[in-house]
Amino acid sequence: MDIIVCVKQIPDPEIPPSKFKLDIESKKVVPPEGIPPVMNPYDEQAVELALRLKDKYGGKITVLTLGSEATSSIAKHALAMGADEGIVITNKAFEDSDSFSKAYILSQAIKKVGDYDLVLCGRQAADWDEGLVGSIIAENLGLPLVTLAEAVDVANGKLKVKRVILDGYQVFTVPIPAVVTVSNEVGRPRLPSGWGIISASQKQIPVWSVDDIEADSSKTGASAARRKLVKLFIPERERKCEIIERETTAEASIELVDTLIKAGAI
Amino acid sequence: MADYKGVLICGELAEDKITTVTKELTNTGRRLSDDLNQPLSLLLIGQNIQETAAEAISFGADRVFYIAEGLPFAESLPEHYVAIIASVFNQIKPSIVLLSHTDMGRDIAPRLAASLGTTVCMDCIELEIDADSKSLLQTKPVYGGNAMAVWVSVNYRPHVVTMRPRSASPAQSDPSRKGQIVPITVEIDESTIKGKLLETVKEEAKGIKLEEAKVIVAGGGGIGGSEGFQLIQELAQVLGGTIGITRVPCDEGWMPTSLEIGQTGHIVSPDLYFAIGISGAPQHLAGCSGSKCIVAINKDPEAHIFKEADFGIVGDYREVLPILIEKCKALRAT
Ligand SMILES: Cc1cc2nc3c(=O)[nH]c(=O)nc-3n(C[C@H](O)[C@H](O)[C@H](O)COP(=O)(O)OP(=O)(O)OC[C@H]3O[C@@H](n4cnc5c(N)ncnc54)[C@H](O)[C@@H]3O)c2cc1C
Ligand SMILES: Nc1ncnc2c1ncn2[C@@H]1O[C@H](COP(=O)(O)O)[C@@H](O)[C@H]1O
Repeated sequence: MDIIVCVKQIPDPEIPPSKFKLDIESKKVVPPEGIPPVMNPYDEQAVELALRLKDKYGGKITVLTLGSEATSSIAKHALAMGADEGIVITNKAFEDSDSFSKAYILSQAIKKVGDYDLVLCGRQAADWDEGLVGSIIAENLGLPLVTLAEAVDVANGKLKVKRVILDGYQVFTVPIPAVVTVSNEVGRPRLPSGWGIISASQKQIPVWSVDDIEADSSKTGASAARRKLVKLFIPERERKCEIIERETTAEASIELVDTLIKAGAI
Repeated sequence: MADYKGVLICGELAEDKITTVTKELTNTGRRLSDDLNQPLSLLLIGQNIQETAAEAISFGADRVFYIAEGLPFAESLPEHYVAIIASVFNQIKPSIVLLSHTDMGRDIAPRLAASLGTTVCMDCIELEIDADSKSLLQTKPVYGGNAMAVWVSVNYRPHVVTMRPRSASPAQSDPSRKGQIVPITVEIDESTIKGKLLETVKEEAKGIKLEEAKVIVAGGGGIGGSEGFQLIQELAQVLGGTIGITRVPCDEGWMPTSLEIGQTGHIVSPDLYFAIGISGAPQHLAGCSGSKCIVAINKDPEAHIFKEADFGIVGDYREVLPILIEKCKALRAT
């Protein structure tokens, strides 16, 4: 089974909130100092899911990342995990694209890759938390879509996809090829092996631009955006914490119950 | 763009009743409709729902469109829903389409926006009509909740928006409200439907549902293993509440995923929320910051959770919990 996985590089989403900084004027997030960006965790889980399918059915895994040449590091990471090919898509005309433009660019790149049975995306990118690109790619390519997958298998020539819902799951079948977005319930992504790292370091990462994917640049960039950011801010904290301190933890614990009773909480 | 008028809510039903999240949308939708001076419509899909449709008027809808032949979401394909909503959209041309950020909404909204060729904003916590421009200001948490972004749409209609559950209070019923109930039929081209739903399995929560709990005792990575959750369970029990968890106990396999609270799990707003061995990541707080009172127990005085709680104890939960449990038991006995 040939699989394309779309992976995005984002600032580490698990930095302590105290390290999270904004530039209010430019409405941009200031990259935290000394903390390198990472592959979107859901995309790493998508790579993991692709690798499980490859382990079972064979085939080729291609990862696509839209960004800058620097984002080739996450393509390398996917290769080290076991993916076969990585491609970076970049151009000035693609900068500041909204979700629709990003999905358009990635759809064009997917068409150029050509042969595939499955396109995997993360359920959302943990920077802007949009959760749109995978679904729009499906619409662009006219492909069936299942969102929030925790497992994918093949049965009777179709894909069988387990979709996470709040208090359980659903099982869908869709014809091949299809687009599936991946949720964290897939479980931990594998770590790159030593051999994987060595072989990834020797591989070339092709860089594709506007002409390579026959993109119409009037459909990309800030001028094509359907939505405009008017404000970006850090929400005010509304609570003030009363720390209950006593000689011993036991006394503090007793005091906590009394405090909660007084506050009407219990 | 001036041709697009009013607000359309895509409602959800559970056992033929309007869900709480749909009442929350109705509340928000009513306010936006009033600010725009345009009608509020509600779309309901399901069998035997004439009575429910009538009830929906009392919650504030001016018009209720209902489709009687459809199946509830849990048994139906998203493709069907998109086709139905798109068809209703074309009949009434609203300028805003509201969905809840639920299993259904988060799947349907992007497809709907893509198929209508319009824009969409997911997981908003606030919607407001700008007094001057009359545009819809859409506020949503980004970066896991570290920041808030306010968006406006540029020249695209309708605005498709999903709203985070519990970000508005539910609309109250007012039986004196009047409105129109409009049964409609929709032709779906079955040849466009490619997928099939084989089954929906719900793991029914034993006891109290997290969304309805008055007290939630939540444990995180600091609990250190599944045994520790016995203390969590005991405290929940004496307080008449239920238990919740962060991502860590799910990932570690200590507790079932279905108890996860946060951005990707349950969104809860109990009267009392205990965060025990929980560091206070924004992605977790996204699910519990609506709680009336938050109590943090953490052995690290620098833990971020103390900035987001009302009361706290710096200490090991293994020391604190047995005392809390005993003291609460004694209280209940008196
Ligand atoms: C895209 C994305 C989405 C996410 N969505 C969610 C989500 O929906 N829900 C969610 O919960 N998380 C989510 N997360 C994960 C989140 O970022 C945090 O990693 C997670 O919430 C941390 O869980 P924790 O606080 O329980 O564990 P930790 O961060 O490991 O913190 C454990 C805490 O326990 C304390 N502790 C240790 N031992 C003891 C003891 N004996 N007694 C008392 N205290 C002790 C420690 O001081 C520490 O503060 C998401 C992450 C990403 C990237
Ligand atoms: N710049 C990008 N490059 C590659 N894939 C992307 C990019 N942006 C988004 N995606 C994919 O689309 C998913 C959803 O992203 P979003 O809609 O931005 O939340 C991500 O998890 C990725 O799989």
